[in-house]
Amino acid sequence: MSDSTGRYLISGAGLGAGSGTDLLIEDGRIAAVGAEAAGSNAEVIDASGLIALPGLVDMHTHLREPGREDAETVETGSAAAAQGGFTAVHAMANSSPVADTAGVVEQVHHLGLRAGWVDVRPVGAVTIGLEGQRLAELGAMAGSRAGVRVFSDDGICVADPLLMRRALEYVKAFDGVIAQHAQEPRLTEGAQMNEGAVSAVLGLAGWPAVAEESIIARDVLLAQHVGSRVHVCHVSTAGSVELIRWAKQRGIKVTAEVTPHHLLLTEDLVHSYDPVYKVNPPLRTDADVQALRAGLADGTIDVVGTDHAPHPSEAKDCEWAQAAMGMTGLETAVSVVQQTMVDTGMLDWDAVGRIMSTGPAAIGQVPGQGRPLAVGEPANITLVDPSARRQVEPSAMATKGRNSPFAGRELPGAVIATFFGGHPTVLDGRLNTPVQEAAAWSK
Amino acid sequence: MRHLLSTSSLSHADSVGVLDVAEEMAAVGQREVKKLPALRGRTVVNLFFEDSTRTRTSFEAAGKRLSADVINFAVKGSSVSKGESLKDTAQTLEAMSADAVVIRHPSSGAPHRLASSGWIDAAVLNAGDGTHEHPTQALLDAFTLRRHAAQLAGRSSSGTDLTGMRVAIVGDVLHSRVARSNLWLLKTLGAEVTLVAPPTLLPVGAHAWPCTISYDLDETLRGGVDAVMMLRLQAERMNQAFFPSTREYSRSWGFDEARLAALQSAAGDTVILHPGPMNRGLEISAAAADSDRSLILDQVRNGVSVRMAALYLLLSGEHHRGTADVQTTQKGTST
Repeated sequence: MSDSTGRYLISGAGLGAGSGTDLLIEDGRIAAVGAEAAGSNAEVIDASGLIALPGLVDMHTHLREPGREDAETVETGSAAAAQGGFTAVHAMANSSPVADTAGVVEQVHHLGLRAGWVDVRPVGAVTIGLEGQRLAELGAMAGSRAGVRVFSDDGICVADPLLMRRALEYVKAFDGVIAQHAQEPRLTEGAQMNEGAVSAVLGLAGWPAVAEESIIARDVLLAQHVGSRVHVCHVSTAGSVELIRWAKQRGIKVTAEVTPHHLLLTEDLVHSYDPVYKVNPPLRTDADVQALRAGLADGTIDVVGTDHAPHPSEAKDCEWAQAAMGMTGLETAVSVVQQTMVDTGMLDWDAVGRIMSTGPAAIGQVPGQGRPLAVGEPANITLVDPSARRQVEPSAMATKGRNSPFAGRELPGAVIATFFGGHPTVLDGRLNTPVQEAAAWSK
Repeated sequence: MRHLLSTSSLSHADSVGVLDVAEEMAAVGQREVKKLPALRGRTVVNLFFEDSTRTRTSFEAAGKRLSADVINFAVKGSSVSKGESLKDTAQTLEAMSADAVVIRHPSSGAPHRLASSGWIDAAVLNAGDGTHEHPTQALLDAFTLRRHAAQLAGRSSSGTDLTGMRVAIVGDVLHSRVARSNLWLLKTLGAEVTLVAPPTLLPVGAHAWPCTISYDLDETLRGGVDAVMMLRLQAERMNQAFFPSTREYSRSWGFDEARLAALQSAAGDTVILHPGPMNRGLEISAAAADSDRSLILDQVRNGVSVRMAALYLLLSGEHHRGTADVQTTQKGTST
């Protein structure tokens, strides 16, 4: 097992648009940058041709534990995160039991520390049991050792407008944020896929864009009214992008995320009736995909969240209507962002650092994450090889989930190394070892 | 043909070919011995996840007239209620060496899954899936219309299509697999289709379909149509706010006696079809269903011939068990 206080010299890594530079890692922090880093006695990582990013932070991950350890565990899910270049993930609350008490969020937090692959930041449920009836003990979760700052009933919309208003107001006491799963429930009863030309032909119950957009419209107005901040999970329609752009122009404190799959895939894939393409919110049209990319490029959408949602194979090996919704995403996120945003010229690598690290860390107020690659900062660093190309092979992934919608596709980019608190969790593109004492440096 | 899942993938030649073979099958039905040895030794499984005595019986008769071994496999309560999975059921049938699986399922796309997942090697015939398609119903409707047109013209129907025929499909298009299959096939065969429905019962996206859309049945009938296909209305749709009441629906979109009388007094040979089972007095009046313009019983009769043709073409072609291009899933295996 490697020593987490080891010295590493990352040699010749590209920092954003800049040319190759050196980074010295020592005692879990960046000890030197550039010429001062060179020549020291350390294990050298040849990073020529690689891009160095601040360790990636996922805004939206399902780790399934406790309750659905057959689908994923904190151990396997956070290992998948490390493999995908992440040093922190927000673990969604829809476990069983639901993460709606200080006890459950502390348990998930503890499991994350024990696994040692990434910083596991539990998300607390907004309502007890995700039932949309009564507020969960938001303050207790915020004050717990897990230090919860993001609250979400993700998977289910906080549909009751009064409850949503109260939640938005209440979390101001500890500068929390409500992350809304925007889905009007009555408009989406039994919904199976995006409502439009394809659902009409396939005879699958439609999931209209307005079901997402009407909730976003309501919530940004509520956030404005009570002066709170609201975060919109997995934005999927062009209309949603327009609404968020409008809200931001008015100074409303709204942030938004988009998933990698909504940046690349469209509803046309549903013609196969293969449930690997079944996801909530559903895959939309090409016009939506283009609007999401444009929104991410111009800052309307702040961050990428994978919505990594592993399922056991039997949950997908069935008819469309019976299949579970969700896709894995941790181990393909950087590649999809490169293909859709960097290789298209819409964003540079600096901006990738913003949407995949700095931005999510700021929204989730994750200490020690999303920091600049500068002397004295925690050594959370991801090295990406943008020239690599690879075929996506779900069976080779660290996640238990085999439900990758990118299976068989060739994608650009590969994560070569991930440093979590100065320790290489990934080296040479493969999982290395977890951190033994993650708590030691993050305190 | 490897499978019959949808009419949208049938070419003009394929469609006319199926109808021509069905004519030959119909001729067999006129003989004293109504049986052909074509599928002797082959096994056809009727896999029904939904009750449908009429469709199942029609397929059963079709298989038996072709001398196939027919096994009826009914799965109660659909797989939504935790029962055996479609995959396990399918592989059970595969282990019984089924050559063809005729599947009726409440979920759109279930036959497609069966055919493309690599679970089984048998030919898959869609006998109605959710609100997606019901291709043999469309084929028997086309067969019925083609015969009717040939009779009017005093010629043989073989080799002909439905060029120029004006067909109105009326009712709950949104939830109708019959409407979808008919639209694609009628279009392929050269007919002009008008969908007539309340706006709530047309799918969002239907404006892109190759047809005319109307909310006004009387206007459509006045414009002149050669055939009217009435769709079955599920009364429970009323509770989902698709329309205010069954009476209002019936007045606006039902084929009632007033509309029948108007048709009788106008010149023309407009015929009436219904895929059954009918809600008499709701989407169609008893007088219309029993009138001399009704081809509803012909549809039932022709169903067997068309299903014989479909089974024959799927099972007697070049494809044989064991030589299939077995498709594999693109997902990895998992324990």
